Amino acid sequence: MSVPSAPAVPGERIGRRGSRAVGRRERPPAGSSRTAGYVFVALYVALLLLLGIAPVVYAIYLAFSNSGGAGSAFAHAFNDYRFVPAFEHILEFMAIWLVSQTILVVGLTLLLHNQAQRVGAGFRFIFYIPGALAGAASVVVWLFMLDPTASPFAFALHWFGYDQFNNTIAPGNLPLIFAIMAFWTGAGSWIVVMYGALNNIPHELIECAQIDGANAFKTALWIKLPLIRKWVVYMLVLSFAAGTQLFVEPTVLGSAALGVGVSKYWSPNQLAWFLASQYDEFNQAAAISVVLLVLGLAVAALLVWRGRLFEVE
Amino acid sequence: MALSRRHAMHLVVLAILLVFTAFFFVPIIWLFLAPTKTDGQLLTESPFAFGSLSTLAHTFHRIVTYSGYSVLIWLKNSAIYSFGGTALAVLAAIPAGYALALTHFIGRRVLLAITLVVMIMPATALVLPLFLEINKLGLYGTIWALILPFGFFPFGVYLTYIYFSATIPKDLLAAARIDGAGEWRVFWHIALPLARPIVALVGFFAFVASWNNFFLPFVMTYDSSQYPIQIGLQQLIGSTASFNPANYSAGSSIVVLHRPDLAMAVIIAIAPVLLVFLFAQRSLVTGMLAGATKE
Repeated sequence: MSVPSAPAVPGERIGRRGSRAVGRRERPPAGSSRTAGYVFVALYVALLLLLGIAPVVYAIYLAFSNSGGAGSAFAHAFNDYRFVPAFEHILEFMAIWLVSQTILVVGLTLLLHNQAQRVGAGFRFIFYIPGALAGAASVVVWLFMLDPTASPFAFALHWFGYDQFNNTIAPGNLPLIFAIMAFWTGAGSWIVVMYGALNNIPHELIECAQIDGANAFKTALWIKLPLIRKWVVYMLVLSFAAGTQLFVEPTVLGSAALGVGVSKYWSPNQLAWFLASQYDEFNQAAAISVVLLVLGLAVAALLVWRGRLFEVE
Repeated sequence: MALSRRHAMHLVVLAILLVFTAFFFVPIIWLFLAPTKTDGQLLTESPFAFGSLSTLAHTFHRIVTYSGYSVLIWLKNSAIYSFGGTALAVLAAIPAGYALALTHFIGRRVLLAITLVVMIMPATALVLPLFLEINKLGLYGTIWALILPFGFFPFGVYLTYIYFSATIPKDLLAAARIDGAGEWRVFWHIALPLARPIVALVGFFAFVASWNNFFLPFVMTYDSSQYPIQIGLQQLIGSTASFNPANYSAGSSIVVLHRPDLAMAVIIAIAPVLLVFLFAQRSLVTGMLAGATKE
């Protein structure tokens, strides 16, 4: 899956930054032994080393150990005529997806938060359900929705002049189509998360604003939105990282209509796989995955150490 | 006047919510109605019309028996990979989350920080490096090429860590230790019985992530007999006449699928995860918001 349907949502801070525990060594809890800790984490650490750290190290090794000299795999990959278009495609896709997702998720959450509890819960549930169809299933569902001959949204497709499936999936439409698919499967989960964050806002604060004469719109804009801003940033950054990895949508859509309009190297991940599987160009594939990995790692590190959404103590 | 303006605003909000309800829900309703109709009926009848139960049974039979019961083989593969990965994820994550929350050892904070980074990083970023490594290790094409990566589930470790940090007082464990209970007994007899909800939650999340995964099995399997259902769906698109008309000529002996068959396959593919979503909705949402209310 390239774009997560359900975000891996952090807890709020565990403990508080600047608390006394930070910066000095904790004593072990009474009676506990350090050895026990090592035993309990052993299996996880083994998996982390084998499946988290080792593949990264190996990919970096491959990317730098090309016979043409250190860095030549990167040079080959960057100079490949498919490299720049692949990144252009995902940038275009992300521009549409991130902007629309941010506006719509925040807007819908604020609207739902003003509804009666039961009504809001009903809508949230409906918005959340497509998350179950993440992966290839959601792409197949959208194949149907984009087919003007059978889609329940055919009237809208006809408005735009699309009468055939191949017209709908014209190359110029793909970033928008993938953005719709990603929004459909992922937005509901984010709405649930944002709603939970809104519920953490003290009720007294909202009541005070209302007593001061703020209407629902002003309360949403000046009280609620600033208080969930960090979650919006979290959603944006995480979605950016996920968006760079786009794979399943173009791959599955490419299976339809004999792949007309969707190349096998539409996104960077597809290009890396194409080079590895079709030409055995493992070094170049590794170079592209290292670029994507660095993007993902940078975003994750930024969130953990600078975003202050998580606490490690 | 003020009342009517407020009323109008309320109606606008309701209209917006209903438009998005249509956007999110209509595809699902359509999907569940499609297999009750023939391909011809899909084109001529209302998208929301119910066809017939006999057509539904016929469609179900067609897709299940298609190409030597391939769909059932793919479902079995999905079950093996997902349950295997989930079991491994739970076995690794629960003790690790417990240790990170309630024991002390050198490197604990570093491990927690690495766990967070790997958890936030998109899992897909690791797929190609994993492929290169698994290929080198000679595990390519075996079930371990999928079960092992599915079992590596840092999100589960983090969820467990939050759960144990928030719910089990350290004093309780300390008292047990003072009473002479060893570390293993403390974990097995005190912590684990209190951790049933988190075991279920990590299990749900790991299962859903594994079942829906496309990219990893796409690169790790090479034969139809190894495919999980997600890759199988992609194969079925290639056999669906309306999406790949050039593949099929009139009078061809190849069994051609139609849109209702493909819709049925999607329903079969998503059924397990949809059931989890419907019946464990509250738990899943709780997990997604894990710790959000924790001070």
